[in-house]
Amino acid sequence: MSTNYEDRPRSGGYDNDDDQDRRSMGRGGGRRMHRRRVCRFCIDKTDLIDFKDVRLLQNYLPERGKILPRRISGNCATHQRMLAEAIKRARNIALLPYTTD
Amino acid sequence: MSSGGFDLNNKRQYEVVFIVDPTVDDEVTRLTDGFKQIVIDQGGVVTKAETMGKRQLAYEILHQKEGTFVLMEIEGSGKEIAELERRMRVNDRVLRYLTVRVDEDRRRAEKLKDRRTRKAAKRPSRGGAPARRGGAVDFAEAAE
Repeated sequence: MSTNYEDRPRSGGYDNDDDQDRRSMGRGGGRRMHRRRVCRFCIDKTDLIDFKDVRLLQNYLPERGKILPRRISGNCATHQRMLAEAIKRARNIALLPYTTD
Repeated sequence: MSSGGFDLNNKRQYEVVFIVDPTVDDEVTRLTDGFKQIVIDQGGVVTKAETMGKRQLAYEILHQKEGTFVLMEIEGSGKEIAELERRMRVNDRVLRYLTVRVDEDRRRAEKLKDRRTRKAAKRPSRGGAPARRGGAVDFAEAAE
């Protein structure tokens, strides 16, 4: 299965700057453009991620329904952990899908 | 941490979300009141009980595509949660439930927020000097 996160259309949430395109362009033989990644939650000073906040969580759930890895979203470890926990809880009570299709 | 349930100095806080079969829509309040009563009988306190409304389910549960979501916030020892969950498990109209203990996370968030505001309060008093390279410097100054 191949989910190419880089080719996804931008849908806000995890991508706050405008160099998504530069990034997928790559450079020469594979070295990727350096891109400053920032944790949205650190900027917003989030201490708790609520599992009922479906709108927020959906930003980190690509079409396939898998949790967006932090290498893509740029989240810090702490917030990624909180996010993952929240998504899993939301899945449990059918607020979010385990899989799509 | 107290996983054995001996430390009961602090009441625990829980969030319980459950999904009610939407075909029995008029019964939601009655059902919720029933659950509230169970909690109270067991010595717990219901701090909040609200219906989040009818929603599409992300996947089918018992061939239902929709459900009415109800959120309850409960304070207590944990005994009432056990009873509540048992009742919900038996009840056919409850499609699914989820209990989350929130007091520990909330306390942690509170602590982080406190620390941040204290830090922010300290910063401008340093004669407007921009925050230097971060943690290590702050730490040294705090020790003075």
